[in-house]
Amino acid sequence: MKTMLAIISNALCRMTGRNALLIGLSEYVTLTSPSPPASAQTQRQPPKPPPVSTRAAQLVSGQTTDQPVGPGARVVVSRSFADFTPQATFDIKKCDLHRLEEGPPLKAELTRDQGLQYYRTMQTVRRMELKADQLYKQKIIRGFCHLYDGQEACAAGIEASINPTDHLITAYRAHGYTYTRGVSIKEILAELTGRKGGVAKGKGGSMHMYAPHFYGGNGIVGAQVPLGAGIALACQYQGNNQLCVTLYGDGAANQGQLFESFNMAALWKLPCIFICENNKYGMGTSVERASASIDYYKRGDFIPGIRVDGMDVLCVREATKFAADHCRSGKGPIVMELQTYRYHGHSMSDPGVSYRTREEIQEVRTKSDPISMLKERMLSNNMASVEEFKEIDVDIRKQVEEAAQFATSDPEPPLEDLCNHIFYNNPPLEVRGTNPWSKLKSVS
Amino acid sequence: IQAQFNVTVRDALNQAMDEELERDERVFLLGEEVAQYDGAYKVSRGLWKKYGDKRIIDTPISEMGFAGIAVGAAMAGLRPICEFMTFNFSMQAIDQVINSAAKTCYMSAGLQAVPIVFRGPNGASAGVAAQHSQCFAAWYAHCPGLKVVSPWNSEDAKGLLKSSIRDDNPVVFLENELLYGVPFEMSEEAQSKDFTIPIGKAKVERAGSHITLVSHSRYVGHCLDAAAVLAKEGIECEVINLRTIRPMDVESIEASVMKTNHLVTVEGGWPQFGVGAEICARIMEGSAFNYLDSPVTRVTGVDIPMPYAKILEDHSLPQIKDIIFSVKKTLNV
Repeated sequence: MKTMLAIISNALCRMTGRNALLIGLSEYVTLTSPSPPASAQTQRQPPKPPPVSTRAAQLVSGQTTDQPVGPGARVVVSRSFADFTPQATFDIKKCDLHRLEEGPPLKAELTRDQGLQYYRTMQTVRRMELKADQLYKQKIIRGFCHLYDGQEACAAGIEASINPTDHLITAYRAHGYTYTRGVSIKEILAELTGRKGGVAKGKGGSMHMYAPHFYGGNGIVGAQVPLGAGIALACQYQGNNQLCVTLYGDGAANQGQLFESFNMAALWKLPCIFICENNKYGMGTSVERASASIDYYKRGDFIPGIRVDGMDVLCVREATKFAADHCRSGKGPIVMELQTYRYHGHSMSDPGVSYRTREEIQEVRTKSDPISMLKERMLSNNMASVEEFKEIDVDIRKQVEEAAQFATSDPEPPLEDLCNHIFYNNPPLEVRGTNPWSKLKSVS
Repeated sequence: IQAQFNVTVRDALNQAMDEELERDERVFLLGEEVAQYDGAYKVSRGLWKKYGDKRIIDTPISEMGFAGIAVGAAMAGLRPICEFMTFNFSMQAIDQVINSAAKTCYMSAGLQAVPIVFRGPNGASAGVAAQHSQCFAAWYAHCPGLKVVSPWNSEDAKGLLKSSIRDDNPVVFLENELLYGVPFEMSEEAQSKDFTIPIGKAKVERAGSHITLVSHSRYVGHCLDAAAVLAKEGIECEVINLRTIRPMDVESIEASVMKTNHLVTVEGGWPQFGVGAEICARIMEGSAFNYLDSPVTRVTGVDIPMPYAKILEDHSLPQIKDIIFSVKKTLNV
């Protein structure tokens, strides 16, 4: 049966001149037989891709600004696309709901393209973070370095459900989001190594990276939450139908300013999705030791909440879509709790095993790794081949390696830059140096 | 003939905000009681009626929250005026002012601007005791990335507030509650909707040749009163109104000191690590030092939390007689 379908599909390709990927199973079933099968999971056409800016298009194709935009994931396979299932529906974990009658759907559709895109995004973040680990141990990165490996499904799932014109702000575990919001691996690593080619010209470091519609990277725990509510206020004020995704951790969830933000966001119906990335530990303190209530999705009290499996990129995507619809329909803010896990310690100075067991970390790696889970799903539904994934991995490794090369060879910022950018759009001013005779120049 | 109008500082601030709200629709005001109450000190009187809920926003009592919201709104393209009912309450929000607002342009290497004004009454009032009487000029002026403005009269208030709102950077605008009701002459020029006073430039309020008095906010008035008394004794004081604490116009002070050879600083804040202390250090480091005939004298608030009883409160802050005494000591007369 499968060979028959392959033959028919190849024939259809030649006849129509179209890529068989774009022909849903139902279409050529209709063409080849009078009655379509009753319970084929892949009955529907692939959904029309959402409008994307060039930056997001680069993310979709897995390309960076360094390289010419190509036709898509560069994959060389001996089998034709027709062999792969173009789209499948997956069961996803039901979300716990707070003050909501209905929640996100229990099934998620995934096209082959989407799957490969999410895989590429998550794997890129994973490899980038591991490279940062390596560079830190070589003392090429200094200071704070909070790594995101393990939590990739959160960043990838969120980005897949919002528009590039929406806004996002997070705390200090920000490298993943910096990437998904459009900054190249090169510029991220070079910022970590403090070079002039870094996204903040080496002035910011790990916790202070910015991009259009991405407000960092914030070092003070919880401070980003009122900022995010303020960005949402600007969206509402400007009437642009945009929203703000405001992320914080299980540790920050106990900050007073969060509750001030919840109050004002609910009062004024701000289009803000408050997302708690609960990775079970605030630095070295487990959630049970920090919070009287560990149901972070309920902490918004009068704000509806959803608790989501943060290790499943499809679950995150569907939940965030649901939340975005809620905000855009004028219902006000919503709280999401993503249950996730970080493999590294709190930061590079924390081995991460004094307050949790190696067994626990290993168990999550083997049973719940977000990248493995997506890969398994796609493989077992014949949506892609093992070779394809290998190709992607090789390509990502190469990109990360090149970025690391740049990040270690690019010069540090020139001393003339020391006092620049204190102000924006300001005439040049003089800045006192370390001693009275040292008069430095600042331009904006 | 220039038409002179008597305008209170309160009305001057109100005019400034009204004109800027009208000029740029991205400008909005938020804070406690700013809208329906017309402002705790009536500074925003009439604005809510004119501009409505969208642009004049009453907040709950959540300084850290609404200051952060204001900063976020500024990052996303609006131009907020964030009112603290008094700057004493800004301490609850000071992290947002410093770490989220002041430092962001630098940390982002110029990618992310924060065009925001934090304004409200600063320093001592009358009978409001220790927790409601602190001067924050020195605290905020310590930090790079902020501009700190401290107007004295109505022209200062209007011109500087307009400049602050038009500035693309975080500005801390320190008003004084006791000055709100005081009328000052406002020139016709100052009546114009485009009248602004540049941030970072001091003004010589009174020319003199024997000694320089430098002050900001309410104590500029005290200095002028002291100068009037001293003039009768033949001592001519040059009175400089700083107008901006950061960036401080040291050049104007130096030019004056090179003429008068004597300097007295006057402020309401505490002495240690204060505005006067900074002026002393800067004068020592600069060209005017060699022109001093005596060390700089600082007149400041007494180094104590503000007491309540009137007699004690009166003696906690610089009085005109303290300025006169300090001038004479500095001149050794």
